Amino acid sequence: MIGTIILIAVIVIIALVFISYYNSLVKLRNQVKNAWSQIDVQLKRRHDLIPNLIETVKGYMTHERETLDSITKARSQAVQAETVGEKAKAEGELTRTLGKFNLVVENYPDLKANQNFLSLQEELTSTENKISFSRQNYNDQVLFYNNKIQMFPSNIVAGMFRFTEEEFFEIEDEKEKKVPKVSF
Amino acid sequence: MWELVQANKRKSVGLIIVMGVTLILLGFIFGSAYHPESGGMVGIFIAFILWAILFLVTYSSGSKILLAVSGAKEVTKDVHPQLYNVVEEMKIASGHPHMPKVYIIDTPAPNAFATGLKPNNTAVAVTAGLLTKLNRDELQGVIAHEMAHIVNRDVLFMTVSGIMLGVIVLLSQVFVRSMFFGGIGGRHSRSKDAGQAQIVFLVIAIVFAILAPIAAQLLYFAISRTREYLADASAVRFTRYPEGLASALHKISRSSDEIKSANKVTAPMYIANPLKKKGRKLSDLTSTHPPISERIKILRSIGRSADFTSYQNAFNQVSGKETKIIPQSGLKDATPIDIRGASGLPFVGETKKQVQRNVGDLVMQLNDYSFINCPCGVKLKVPPAYKNKKVFCPRCKRQHSS
Repeated sequence: MIGTIILIAVIVIIALVFISYYNSLVKLRNQVKNAWSQIDVQLKRRHDLIPNLIETVKGYMTHERETLDSITKARSQAVQAETVGEKAKAEGELTRTLGKFNLVVENYPDLKANQNFLSLQEELTSTENKISFSRQNYNDQVLFYNNKIQMFPSNIVAGMFRFTEEEFFEIEDEKEKKVPKVSF
Repeated sequence: MWELVQANKRKSVGLIIVMGVTLILLGFIFGSAYHPESGGMVGIFIAFILWAILFLVTYSSGSKILLAVSGAKEVTKDVHPQLYNVVEEMKIASGHPHMPKVYIIDTPAPNAFATGLKPNNTAVAVTAGLLTKLNRDELQGVIAHEMAHIVNRDVLFMTVSGIMLGVIVLLSQVFVRSMFFGGIGGRHSRSKDAGQAQIVFLVIAIVFAILAPIAAQLLYFAISRTREYLADASAVRFTRYPEGLASALHKISRSSDEIKSANKVTAPMYIANPLKKKGRKLSDLTSTHPPISERIKILRSIGRSADFTSYQNAFNQVSGKETKIIPQSGLKDATPIDIRGASGLPFVGETKKQVQRNVGDLVMQLNDYSFINCPCGVKLKVPPAYKNKKVFCPRCKRQHSS
C-alpha cells in the first residue's frame, strides 16, 4: 500500500517537473520569436525609408552615383533575404553602405540644411539604433533559450519535443565598423 | 534581464512585508496605549484602512495625478519625433512589451521621471530644460534610466512602500501630538492591572512613535538609492554607452533649478533629486538619490564592458563599499558587452539658440498656443487665453486675425 502511494507520488512529481520544463521552454521559444519579429519590423522600416532618402538626396549628390547605387543594390538584396543567416549578411552590407553614405553627406552642407533630409536622417538613424537594440535583445533571448536546451535536465525535455537551437543574429562587420579601413 | 526582475520582485516583497508588519504593530501599540483591552484591534483596523484608502486612490488614478500635478503634456511622434524615437529605442533595448506614453513638462530644471503602476500603462516625462541642454546620446542615457525603472517595476514598488511610509509617519505624528495635548482617554482606569498595562503600552508606544518613522524612512531611502544605482547599471546595459548618462548627469547636476511639483514621495522616480539640497551633511542617509558626483564617477570608471559585473566592480571601487547593488542573478553572466562609440548627433536644430527656441515653441504648441507667421519675419505666439479677434505684429504693426 505505502509502496504504491510512494510510486504514484514519485510519478506525479516527475510529471510536474516535466511539465514545468516544457512550459518554460515554450515560453522562451515564444520570447525568441517575439524578439525576432521586433527586428523584422525595424528592418522593413529601414527598407521603406531608403527609396525616400535616395529620392531626396539625388538632386544634391550628382557626383555620388556609385554610393547611391550600392545602397539601392544592398537594399534589394536585403529585401529578398530569407533565412536569419542570409538576412544578417545582407543587412550587414546595407549598414555598411549607409555608413559610407553618412561620411559622404558631410561634404554637402546644402543637404544638411534641407528640413526634409534632416527628418529622414533622424528616422534612419533611429531605425538603425532600433535594429541594433532589438538585435541585442534577440541575441539575449536566443542565448537563454539555447542554454536551456543544452543544459541538464531540460535538455531531455527539449530532445523529446524537438526544441531546436536558434541562430544568433550577428552582423559580421561589427569589428570593421569601429576602425574604418583606409586604403591608398 | 528577466531573472533580474524576478530577484528584484522577491526583494521588494520582503521590504513591503517588513513595512507592513511595522504598520500593523504600530496600529496595535498606539491603539493599546489608548485602551489596553480592545484598542489594539481598532488601531490595526485604522492603520489598515488609512493605507488601503491611500493605496486605492493612487492605484486607480495611476500616473494621472503625478502627471497632472507636474503639468505634463503628452507628445506624439509628429510633435517631437526625436524624443519619441529615443523612447522607442530604449523600449526595444529593454525588451519591454509596451510603449510608454511620452510627456514634456514646461520647466527649465533639467530632469525626467517615469511613472505607471501597471506595465501596460506607463509614461516617461522629460522637462523642457532637459531637451534644451542634452544631445541625443545624453538623452538616450536618461531615457534608458527611466525605462529601467519601468522594467524593474520600481514605480509600483516605491509607490506602495512610499504610501506605507506615509501612513507610519502620519500615525506617529498624530499619536505624539495627541499625547502633548493630553488626549489619552483611559487615565482613570477601572483596575490597577489595566492601569499598569496601559503605562507599559504608553512607554512602548512613545518609543515606537519616535523610532518607527525614522527606521522606516532610513530603510526606504536606502532601497531607493540602491534602485537608482541599479537603474544606472541597466541604462548602461541598454545603451552600451555609459558616457551618455554620465555627461547627462553632469549637466543636470550643474543646474540649481528646483521642480516645484515634486515631493518626497515622487522624488525617487526622478533621474536626479528634484528637491533642492539644503544642509548636505545629514542628508546622505535621508536622500532618495545617491550623490550625483558618485554616480558620474562610477559610470566613468566602468571600463570597456557594459555588463552588470563591470558596473558592480566600478561601484565597489568608487564607493569603497562592498554593498551588492546588482542582485546575484545579474552578476552570474559576466560575458563582456562591447561599449559603442558616441553617435555625435545634435538635437533638434543646430545652434544652441535654435534648440532653445524649438523647444520653447514646442511647449507653447502643447499648451494650445496658436502661431501666426507675419510677412515681416516675426512669429507671433498667441496664448489660448487671448480672446481678442485681432492681433498686431509688434515689429511692423500689421494686423492679423487670431
